[in-house]
Amino acid sequence: MRKPFLRPLAAVLLLPVAMLTGCGGDSKDGSSGGGAGGNTVKVGILHSLSGTMSISEVTVKNSELMAIDEINAKGGVLGKKIQPVVEDGASDWPTFAQKAQKLIKKDKVATVFGGWTSASRKAMLPVFERNKALLWYPVQYEGLESSPYIFYTGATTNQQIVPALDYLKEKGKKRIYLVGSDYVFPRTANKIIKAYAKANGMTIVGEEYTPLGHTEYSTLVNKIGTAKPDAVFNTLNGDSNVAFFKQFKSAGFDAAKLPVMSVSIAEEEVKGIGVANVQGQLVAWNYYETTPGAVNDAFVKAFQAKYKGAVTSDPMEAGYNAVHLWAAAVQKAGTTDVAAVKKAAAGISLDTPEGKVTIDGENQHVYKTARIGVIQPDGLIKEVWSSGKPIKPDPYLKTYPWATGLS
Amino acid sequence: MSARLRGYALFAGVAALFLVVAPLALPAFRLDELAKYLCFAIAALGIGLAWGQGGMLTLGQGVFFGLGGYAMGMYLKLHDAGGDLPDFMVWSGVDKLPALWKPFGNPVFALAAVVVVPVVIATLLGVLVFRQRVRGAYFAILTQALAAAFVILLVGQQGLTGGTNGLTNFYDFFGQDPEADSTQRTTYFVTAIVLGVLYLLARQLVKSRFGRLLVAVRDGEDRVRFLGYNPATVKTITFAISAGMAGIAGALFVPVVGIISPSLLDVVPSLELVVAVAIGGRYTLAGAVLGAVAMNYAKTSFSEQWADGWLYLEGALFIGVMTLAPRGAVGVYEQVRDAIARRRKPVPAPPTASEVPA
Repeated sequence: MRKPFLRPLAAVLLLPVAMLTGCGGDSKDGSSGGGAGGNTVKVGILHSLSGTMSISEVTVKNSELMAIDEINAKGGVLGKKIQPVVEDGASDWPTFAQKAQKLIKKDKVATVFGGWTSASRKAMLPVFERNKALLWYPVQYEGLESSPYIFYTGATTNQQIVPALDYLKEKGKKRIYLVGSDYVFPRTANKIIKAYAKANGMTIVGEEYTPLGHTEYSTLVNKIGTAKPDAVFNTLNGDSNVAFFKQFKSAGFDAAKLPVMSVSIAEEEVKGIGVANVQGQLVAWNYYETTPGAVNDAFVKAFQAKYKGAVTSDPMEAGYNAVHLWAAAVQKAGTTDVAAVKKAAAGISLDTPEGKVTIDGENQHVYKTARIGVIQPDGLIKEVWSSGKPIKPDPYLKTYPWATGLS
Repeated sequence: MSARLRGYALFAGVAALFLVVAPLALPAFRLDELAKYLCFAIAALGIGLAWGQGGMLTLGQGVFFGLGGYAMGMYLKLHDAGGDLPDFMVWSGVDKLPALWKPFGNPVFALAAVVVVPVVIATLLGVLVFRQRVRGAYFAILTQALAAAFVILLVGQQGLTGGTNGLTNFYDFFGQDPEADSTQRTTYFVTAIVLGVLYLLARQLVKSRFGRLLVAVRDGEDRVRFLGYNPATVKTITFAISAGMAGIAGALFVPVVGIISPSLLDVVPSLELVVAVAIGGRYTLAGAVLGAVAMNYAKTSFSEQWADGWLYLEGALFIGVMTLAPRGAVGVYEQVRDAIARRRKPVPAPPTASEVPA
């Protein structure tokens, strides 16, 4: 009697053989020392190049690669060229964790630049902490974190959300409606906003969350209409913004009638939403393409020479800064060793497109200038308010009395 | 050598390859990746049983994978917190441990829940659905909707489940650091052995009277009913077993990768599992296992080689297999074998399984 279902096992045999031959190279790579070995320094670039987040993260990957090219053109770090190893996180958090492990253990990279969503950062954090490796995370986030193995070059809450609230308060907006995507950043941001509102005589007249990728907002827009807020605080992410602003506008609202303060819409996203739908609305970031200064002029020019018709945005700039900050720390330390680089990084200051940034050695965030902007008819963003000087990062909001009990 | 002996020899050969050769030849983190493929293979084995043998196209296997994974994750989180609240509850504004979490502090309860919870839920669903004679595409859509609903529930209850982030950052896996090389080796061995044992059990089940009844239900449910059997019971039991396997796979995935999150249970990963089974060949259990390991290996190596466009390669692989070899890799093997046999001694071709409705 034949047993056809046993024979296929033979095929299973082939697979590990393929893996073994494929991995023969791994051990060779491993023994050659990776990271700072030879004439190059390997660094990892780990962003989503596929999946829902790719539209945003690819631009950050591009600006990080551009920074690496710039440094290499000037001779690299410690006399060695930087060699990027690009991996795809695929908008999938467990993939981020595994790819981080691959970059650290197989490629033995000196550091990794990567991540966008908080979920991807949270997934990578244990990998970097346990392997004592370094991650540079370039996006504004919800704070309440300070890993010794992560440098945060995007804004924490007191450099983006708190200034945005200060601005609304200054403009006399007392009744606020909260709209957000259902994940950790909007929920944590709104927790902070509620605490701020309570201490500053503002009222939260509504709080709604929709799943990521949600596109039906007519009910929500109706609810906003009924609640009659003075302003909407928008923490929606990705595609949802397109649907939200279209339906918001077709319900008869515009920036003059009901301003919306958004913290996840930058130049890149304005293109996707359609300028007509968001024109005149408010955003809070640390950098705009229009931010004045010679460093930014050069950055925008170089980027647009490389990517025709592209805009530059805050997370791209933070990723670009991260590469330069790391290179400066390596030069100062004289080695790519993680402990030495961490030590050297404290207090490093650079003139970047957003102005002067300084690494706070204590929490490994950076001093950043907060900027409120208004979306212009040409799709760019004009600054209407700024903190004037870089704000000291305070991820746990320890210096704000109203925030006690939040962490 | 009889076919039976040859089968066991082959199994022993594969087992030796995974348990002796692979651990010796692969660096720890590659072994860890292989362990991940084996986790998916365990879930695929369940799908091979439910879909390949039983004709139940389950597109929501991620739900059971997730239930197992979260049961394990909850225990590990509570263990790490050591009496305090798990970290994500603190930043989600939860003041005291929810009642749902309390029993998961006990490792025995958590490990039992890994299997029991998926089995109970699958049984309930099976009793409701199969008795109403829901089958085919309707059953597939139902399971898919279940996966989508489950993800929305998990994401929405951030304080209870960690939301989109899921559960991550585990420090202590039964006394070991989950990121240490030695732990990764141990979890690899555990995963490989669990897969081997489950494969043998599933094969025994398929060969048994129950297994023949299951295939009969797949190929002619009404006829089986007229013969006096209750197809609903047969299907419910099989579905529950496959759910249990997915639960075990999810629980093993947690120490292997170090995270369990809703993105693993959603519609797409659930479909990927089914696709893997289809690529390997769904009519044999080994085909399901082979498909899961091969597809995930392809995913890793494609994405490492070609980070910008690897998804196209993966899509091309799937389309290629489905158009050229609808019965999967194992089907190709059988076709070749039959073709050779026919050339030697021309006989009328036996009816192929692809003529059988799924």
